[in-house]
Amino acid sequence: MFDAEQLPDAGEGQIKPLNDLLQKIAASKGCETKAGPGKSGCGSTGTESTLPPEIWEKVKNHPCYSEQAHHHFARMHVAVAPACNIQCNYCNRKYDCANESRPGVVSERLTPEQAAKKVFAVASTIPQMTVLGIAGPGDPLANPEKTFKTFELVAQTAPDIKLCVSTNGLMLPKLVDRICQYNIDHVTITVNMVDPEVGAKIYPWIFYEHKRYTGVEAARILSENQLRGLEMLTERGILCKINSVMIPGVNDEHLVEVNKAVKARGAFLHNIMPLISAPEHGTVFGMNGQRGPTAQELKALQDACEGDMNMMRHCRQCRADAVGLLGEDRSDEFTTEKVMAMEIDYDLEARKAYQAKVEAERDATQAAKADELAKLAGEKADIAIQIAVATKGNGRVNEHFGHATEFQIYEVSTAGAKFIGHRRVDLYCQGGFGDDDKLETVIRAINDCAAVFVARIGTCPKEGLLKAGIDPVDRFAHEYIEQSALAYFKEYLEKVQSGEIEHVARGDADIRQGAFTAA
Amino acid sequence: MAYKIIASQCTACSACEAECPNAAISVKKGVYFIDPVTCTECVGHFDDAQCAAVCPVEGTCVPDPAHPRSA
Repeated sequence: MFDAEQLPDAGEGQIKPLNDLLQKIAASKGCETKAGPGKSGCGSTGTESTLPPEIWEKVKNHPCYSEQAHHHFARMHVAVAPACNIQCNYCNRKYDCANESRPGVVSERLTPEQAAKKVFAVASTIPQMTVLGIAGPGDPLANPEKTFKTFELVAQTAPDIKLCVSTNGLMLPKLVDRICQYNIDHVTITVNMVDPEVGAKIYPWIFYEHKRYTGVEAARILSENQLRGLEMLTERGILCKINSVMIPGVNDEHLVEVNKAVKARGAFLHNIMPLISAPEHGTVFGMNGQRGPTAQELKALQDACEGDMNMMRHCRQCRADAVGLLGEDRSDEFTTEKVMAMEIDYDLEARKAYQAKVEAERDATQAAKADELAKLAGEKADIAIQIAVATKGNGRVNEHFGHATEFQIYEVSTAGAKFIGHRRVDLYCQGGFGDDDKLETVIRAINDCAAVFVARIGTCPKEGLLKAGIDPVDRFAHEYIEQSALAYFKEYLEKVQSGEIEHVARGDADIRQGAFTAA
Repeated sequence: MAYKIIASQCTACSACEAECPNAAISVKKGVYFIDPVTCTECVGHFDDAQCAAVCPVEGTCVPDPAHPRSA
């Protein structure tokens, strides 16, 4: 059964490498409120009021580029690009499991023609699907013909779908013009280092201009092309997101330098993701026991990098063939066999009408949040709490505790409610899990939260949560998340001030590690 | 002189197919194959055999002992 002793804590050893960082944050805490081009005040949530209109237009219904949008709009990836031109120590191309969710993994590879038909099938079934990304399973720009052909076919029939590409950046300088030619207006580059010495610990080799390079030389070529490619894209007005994998002891502190380097070159958004590493993945890092960061370590680094740059905290590190809202995967409904049998009528007008409704819902969420925040005006307290939320989307508390496969995490203070991350709680590949084990998994994942908001919850898990010091709350069922979080916080603050409860800092929490099966 | 692909290790990522200067690599029913007659081990084109240099699985594109270099 659940044992609080086993929980990761903020003690000696656990977050030591980040102590400097944590001190820096403590010294300079507070949000910048200036909003320059492509920047928003408080980082992760670029909003209509803080972004220039032309940027807002590009991100408002893009789930990966806007935290707000990700509650309402869906994306899809098509796996047309199997070849890669670099080797990363966190990737193993041999592993290919339908129940495994992480970048680089897919179940089926598609031709550009199959991919285009799949896009139309998904767009017709899920009208809030607004974005097509090509992210692999190799590197899209190592497969330029397949990648660009897919975009060309999709754009002919579905001009409303936004096109994105995600790359390691090695081929960017050579392909920037083609990216512009196909109207791809979002590009994600994975940048894990700007120092080749650090890079040599992450990349054993690259293949560039007909030659395999290794060690520091390989990392230097990769880094130069990444940064040059980023500059070329931003000069051309293409919105760039930088993905970085946080590898404790390898590049964790160095990512602050990466953040500065990409910010200086005009990147719009920085997405620092936890390393996914387990022996069963068969990666170099999985095999040599390299661990991923804890929730607190990840948040500390994200907070340190957040200043006048947007930080993405809602990335689900999805598969190269994922379909649906972030955090859900409906790819099973769209296998090649099923797609090829479908009669598809691409109805642009119907999609527009549906999306207008979704936008109205999103605007209502924001208005409700603003109203609730106004009620906190004048309150000043140093307290911040984290709240876990069970949600199926649409920005509402609308999932049962027992059905949740992930929880969204909000940080609430008198400054407002802010999305800071999510925790997967799918059953792990460990065998023999009963309800007790599942509850234990959930508690470990949300151990840093004071409360968990759910649409419904049973008596047993309720007691277990209370015992672990987490308040199970179902009175906000089907209400807006941020509005509810602010209302809860107001009450919490009143109780603390009246002495009814004592505010205690919570410990650390687990980020999902290892393979999971959608049991 | 020719390279061959150890099919049991191949991930069918297709990277080698695009790099081969002789178009000697093809795929049949998902299995990649090097035509030993067309393969030159990249001699005269590049310093290294391109298929082996780009392959993500070590020891999968290897010299074929059945088609050794003539001395």
